[in-house]
Amino acid sequence: MPGAGILEVRDLRVEYATSRGQVAAVDGVDLEVGAGEFVAVVGESGCGKSTLLFAVARLLSPPAAITGGSVTFHGQNLVTMTERQLNVLRWRDYSVVMQSAMNALNPVMTIAAQFKDAIDAHSALSRHQAGQRSVEAMKLVGIDPVHLKSYPHQLSGGMRQRAMIAMALLFTPDLVIMDEPTSALDVVAQRSLMVQIKELQQRLGFAVVFVTHDMSLVSHFSDQLLVMYAGKMVEAGPTRTVFDTPSHPYSRGLLDAFPSIRGPRVTLTGIPGSPPDLTQPPSGCRFHPRCPLAVDQCRTREPELYQVGAVQSRCLRHAPDRAPRPQVAEEARP
Amino acid sequence: MTDRTSPPAGSTPLSGPDRTVPAGPDLVPLVQARGLTKHFKVGGTFARRKLHAVDDADFVIHRKEIVALVGESGSGKSTVARLLARVYRPTSGEIRYQGRPLASMRTRRQSLAYRSDVPMVFQDPFSSLNPAYRVSHGIMRGLKLHRTELSRSQRRAEAERVVEAVGLTPAVEVLDRYPYELSGGQRQRIGFAQALAYKPTLILADEPVSMLDVSIRIGLLNVMAALREQEGVSFLYITHDIASARYVSDRLMVMYAGHVVESGPTEAVLANPKHPYTQLLLSAVPDPRAPLAVSAETGKSEPPRVIDPTPGCRFRWRCPLAIDECARVTPLPRELGPAHTAACHVATADVSSDVTEG
Repeated sequence: MPGAGILEVRDLRVEYATSRGQVAAVDGVDLEVGAGEFVAVVGESGCGKSTLLFAVARLLSPPAAITGGSVTFHGQNLVTMTERQLNVLRWRDYSVVMQSAMNALNPVMTIAAQFKDAIDAHSALSRHQAGQRSVEAMKLVGIDPVHLKSYPHQLSGGMRQRAMIAMALLFTPDLVIMDEPTSALDVVAQRSLMVQIKELQQRLGFAVVFVTHDMSLVSHFSDQLLVMYAGKMVEAGPTRTVFDTPSHPYSRGLLDAFPSIRGPRVTLTGIPGSPPDLTQPPSGCRFHPRCPLAVDQCRTREPELYQVGAVQSRCLRHAPDRAPRPQVAEEARP
Repeated sequence: MTDRTSPPAGSTPLSGPDRTVPAGPDLVPLVQARGLTKHFKVGGTFARRKLHAVDDADFVIHRKEIVALVGESGSGKSTVARLLARVYRPTSGEIRYQGRPLASMRTRRQSLAYRSDVPMVFQDPFSSLNPAYRVSHGIMRGLKLHRTELSRSQRRAEAERVVEAVGLTPAVEVLDRYPYELSGGQRQRIGFAQALAYKPTLILADEPVSMLDVSIRIGLLNVMAALREQEGVSFLYITHDIASARYVSDRLMVMYAGHVVESGPTEAVLANPKHPYTQLLLSAVPDPRAPLAVSAETGKSEPPRVIDPTPGCRFRWRCPLAIDECARVTPLPRELGPAHTAACHVATADVSSDVTEG
């Protein structure tokens, strides 16, 4: 399906069963990924971004469960599929790169053995073909294939993460789902891994859904950006537009949270407070207790997603009935 | 020490006998390290191989100063912190604290006094607090051990004061919570509060924010800046994120493979990075406000060889500017600008600076 959307998530809802009742970690999220597109999902810890990604990959285990919505991949609804049906798609059509390669790779098996496991589970290649495929995958990510004989502890952090990506690319899938693959790396390794992911993506044409808490990381790599807060999407749109003119105060806060190495040294405040307890989400806009622009209405009225140019924003300032827009940018709450 | 042979021509070696500390109590730096070296044995019992974690590091930390120590994983920056905390003994070289060599502090009383002056804050706030005790436990224990002059009620008041100083209110309630009730950022603030309770002069902060969300990090950096202003504490801030180092630090030291390769006033180093490794670090910082910098190096970030290294610059395999000399002679720090040094054969001095070359 060239050019068309390969993944469509509609109104997805994931709930965790806790002792204090059902908690919605993902609450009505929509997401569309076109062929060869790079979509980034950003937000703080606990905003539901990893849960979203696990739900899309159908990897959730109790107490979490999908309680509503659909995940359509190549025209098939993954939510209603059985494990047996999913097994045909997994790895061949979509694959997942986990956060910490340290924990995701088996420490007592060589890389080659782990690759072979994946190949055997999802195809009927001969031993020789499997070996060849593994060598090709390692070459793709720029690791000398001799390291197939290595154990994970013999590789550096960057190489382990690359091996994880090589493993995800064994069958050249159409979609690769990545959960903070660079978060355990230092800046130099992080940057070179990002550049490599982008190159591979352009060469092989797969789509990427990339989850991270560091918004600055994806600024030059992603096409679409989805900002999540407390289980809801608060802003979504083309990456450049969101970076240049963030329309939700939370996106603005995330953007202002990291210092720059250029320009004058300015005092930053970050985002005061911490994400809400999802068992008792705040009334009205879920961001209002931390929002510098909050007004009385934010405490009572729950905002919807409003279209602001090319982006969607869940902020009352953009509600059509709230015209003219108040100029509150300078008056921070006490 | 061992593999640094002759200094290159035209250099200004900093570790000469001429660079002695001026006399007088105020002019003695808080901490001064000279030729600090730490090697670890690797391999089995009979193996002779040595991992050079820190080699021949010279640096000072002044009072009320935030010094950032920047480098990639495995560059030896945490080893420096542990040497300063006296977790490790140096293989050679010495550390002076307020003019006194650390090696001369032998009694328990002296050790305790040093530990309370120079506490450490750890990277992982999820494993550095005991989950079985309330927040107050760690702070009160530190107070009992290090500030024996305080009475019970004074200890409680002091605990409340330090918790408020790191921005957690209401202090009384926070002290009665368990670590699991706090977020990552709040736990790390407790880490700083514990360190602050000892009335420290220098806090060794080993990657204190790298486990936290980007949105929370800046708050912790602001706490460090405030503690320096209000309590007069110095910090050694260890990080691999040069942008956050710039945000809080006065001076910057860059380490690569056990060597301090560049150091100087933060703004001077960032405006005019001399060492190719510093330049690489700077180009790797993601900056959405700037166009994508295509760094010279992608993918070949080979870890440096620090087990039984041969003489020569340890960055030469990754260095775009390497010349023959780099493989033979280990570069020594040279002064290339005002208080700005770099250990590189190729780097040149500031044109306008009054540092004489050769």
